[in-house]
Amino acid sequence: MSDVIVSSSPSAKAGHCGPEIRSDLQVSIEPRDQGGLEIEVASRVKTYYGDSIRRQAEEVLEALGVRHARVEIRDEGALPFVIAARIEAAARRAGLGAGTRVLPDRLPLPEASARDRLRRSRLYVPGSEPKYFVNAALHGSDGIILDLEDSVHVSEKDASRLLVRNALRAVDFLGCERMVRINQIPLGLEDLDEIVPESPDLILIPKVENPEQITEADRRIAEIKSNYGITRPVWLMPILESALGIENAFAIAKASPQIVALTIGLEDYTADLGVVKTSTGGESLYARQRVVNAARAAGVQAIDSVFGDVGDLDGLRTWGLNSRATGFEGMGCVHPMQIAVIHEAFAPTAAEIEKARKIVAAYDDAQAKGLGVVSLGSKMIDAPVVQRALKLMARAKTMGLVS
Amino acid sequence: MAILEKTEMVVNAAGRTVPETVNGRQQTAFMGVGKYQPVGNKTAPPIRTAADYPSNGDKRVANLETALRKCGLRDGMVISSHHHLRDGDRVALMALEAASLIGAKDLMWFPSASFPSQKSAIPLMEAGIVDHIEGSMNGPLGDYCTQGRMRGMGVLRSHGGRWQAIQDGEVHIDIAVIAAPTADPFGNCDGSHGKSACGSLGFALADSIYADHVIVVTDNLVPFPCVPWQIQGNNIDYVVEVDSIGDPAKIVSGTTQITRSPDRLRIAEFIARFLRDAGIMRNGFSFQAGSGGIALAFVSYLKQMMKQAGVKARFVRGGSTKYLVELLEEGFTDYILDGQTFDLDGVRSIGGNPRHVATSPFTSYNYHGKGNFASMIDAVILGATEVDTNFNANVVTHSDGRLLHGIGGWQNCLASGCTILAVPSFRDRIPVIVDEVTTLCGPGELIDVVATERGIAINPRRQDLIDAVKGSTLPIRPIEEIKKEVERICGGKPNRPRRGDRPVAAVKWVDGTVLDTVWQLA
Repeated sequence: MSDVIVSSSPSAKAGHCGPEIRSDLQVSIEPRDQGGLEIEVASRVKTYYGDSIRRQAEEVLEALGVRHARVEIRDEGALPFVIAARIEAAARRAGLGAGTRVLPDRLPLPEASARDRLRRSRLYVPGSEPKYFVNAALHGSDGIILDLEDSVHVSEKDASRLLVRNALRAVDFLGCERMVRINQIPLGLEDLDEIVPESPDLILIPKVENPEQITEADRRIAEIKSNYGITRPVWLMPILESALGIENAFAIAKASPQIVALTIGLEDYTADLGVVKTSTGGESLYARQRVVNAARAAGVQAIDSVFGDVGDLDGLRTWGLNSRATGFEGMGCVHPMQIAVIHEAFAPTAAEIEKARKIVAAYDDAQAKGLGVVSLGSKMIDAPVVQRALKLMARAKTMGLVS
Repeated sequence: MAILEKTEMVVNAAGRTVPETVNGRQQTAFMGVGKYQPVGNKTAPPIRTAADYPSNGDKRVANLETALRKCGLRDGMVISSHHHLRDGDRVALMALEAASLIGAKDLMWFPSASFPSQKSAIPLMEAGIVDHIEGSMNGPLGDYCTQGRMRGMGVLRSHGGRWQAIQDGEVHIDIAVIAAPTADPFGNCDGSHGKSACGSLGFALADSIYADHVIVVTDNLVPFPCVPWQIQGNNIDYVVEVDSIGDPAKIVSGTTQITRSPDRLRIAEFIARFLRDAGIMRNGFSFQAGSGGIALAFVSYLKQMMKQAGVKARFVRGGSTKYLVELLEEGFTDYILDGQTFDLDGVRSIGGNPRHVATSPFTSYNYHGKGNFASMIDAVILGATEVDTNFNANVVTHSDGRLLHGIGGWQNCLASGCTILAVPSFRDRIPVIVDEVTTLCGPGELIDVVATERGIAINPRRQDLIDAVKGSTLPIRPIEEIKKEVERICGGKPNRPRRGDRPVAAVKWVDGTVLDTVWQLA
């Protein structure tokens, strides 16, 4: 006759299950004082991976030091790195496994991200929805943002941090820049502790209003990098989302050598101003121009906000062209369908490429002849113009527009 | 009739183990594509005389029960029905229930396909009124079969294969019951008009020609003549009027929707680009796409490319939907050849546009005839549940062995000039590219391209296609490479379920030979 097994603390859950759920799972852990591990697995893919899920659960729980508990897993086809994250999240919520991380095998890190790489498009992926992680990079955006901030409910912040951390290790992001949007400082500092050891390429810091917030984040990142022996750069992109942020744009942009770009969050900004956000953006024109100016002055990229109406591709195209004309080098993206339109809008036109080609040819010609002055026909071409043409041709080459 | 007994098994030319007899009939095992030579003549129903039929052409009887009695319904007979009313059909079960009222038992139900809403056939099978079903089964009927609860063996045939089986006398239909959205008292039928309109009635054509007795059931009787008469009254014995032959909401959908999933859109775009880059898209070409989300998106992308290139197709084949109808009405194709109509736009068009032509499994797909349309098509886009590294494919079971889909026109379409499978590389953590398919439905030599969101694999047998797309920006990759990538993502190869050792259904090839077996689940 077995003794009645007593729970030592209330059970905790993490994740989701149900017929509409895909690529996720729900884990409940009920800690006990004795009796070992009782693991129950129900899975949509039981026939194929039922044994594997059970084995993985046993491994993760052992690594967390959980010896006595009743564990219920309801799986809807979650990939292994998600299973590990959900079990760890549930354990932590149940007050177990404190201070232990269970890390999935890591793919080799891609090449470090260049400071001024193409950032035409960055696709937001909600950090609480693992079903989007694995295929996000297929759609060819320049960057993927694993979001821990506004797309994640406050009750899911702790679990999402683990999902994103595991994703940075286990998911192949192909050529995309691996970005994470952390929460506003100070909550964001906890995100940094979990994320930075996985060498994300870039951290977006939301709702930045003064340079001190940047300094604080910078310091924490440097500390973590030092602890983990990371030499790869972790860039920063502050998001200005309020009137005060816009006022302090230049100071913020100069606050750290790790800053590579400056961007704006129009939803919160227009709310701060107390105006209605329109699809043509007249109400935020000053703020966006200020961001461009401050970014330029600080020597970093100016990146525009997202265009929220996913169904309106014509509106997106207009916004993108206008954005480029204003001086932005790229914008945010909320759906893969937007990527091609954005890349087209931010691409130099054929006419611009032709003009730049001529200037570069004239420059090369002048160099070859040892001349200090570059001329095209009867016109003299100033040095900054030459620089711009060279940069445009380099960009066009990276975009695959010229060979 | 046949109780599911132990049957001898034999290994066929594809290396699959198949039954030697099915429901008491001797079978020929698959011999290879195009290898089997049929002998003998087509079957035919008994000769009739007009003296036995109403001279005023009014074949109406009071109800289905009366009609079945007059047809001489006996135990063990074969009753057939068509599936143009899809999940909204009422007539097939009406007929089987009327048969049970008469007291008949051990019947074989021979639908051109069955649907989940027809699960009320299960109590009829439990009670012995229906002995077994030969036709596609999914949902509850599919489970009933794979659980080994059906007394006879299931038989899965393609649309063309069903025509071949009827024509060759392999399946002898005693009584065909044809649901008709419009009919006249003589028995002429039309599917494109009426409150339960469904478009084409092609799946009932063979039944009307070859069955011993044919009953038409309609909810929209018109005075003679009912025109167009896709089914001819000269083949009909009795006409029954009912209030409703089906639920219009489930017969055709109000609108068909292009997929919104970015992954599926990506696959659709890849396929359209493939046709363009390989030079298959050109003036006068032809293609066929189903009605699934990926196929509709593919049509949309291809249309844009055809517009840019100034290209017009000679004909397109459906499943017709609004998107195909737009191609016709906007001048992107000369004709739609339509086997099955999926939405209201399709119904409207087939009913009013002379260039939207109804076809049947005879013209489109019958392999035991003097050719068919399927082999004339330049490109076809199909789905699949599994593909293996030899490009063999499965469409009837998932990897767990449960019956999930019918074959439909899928096998017949493999004869096209370029057969493309559009599949996600994994579904719910389950890899779609496997070492060996669970159920073989299509031999790899006929499958040319597998398009997934992670890349496109071309069958090495098709050097011409490989050469044609050299220089394309499409991600062309070896199929083994895609498979490995997916296995890494999914955390290793999946377990295969333990297969039972009792065959519960046979999968036929387009020529009536047995291609593979569906096994009882352990």
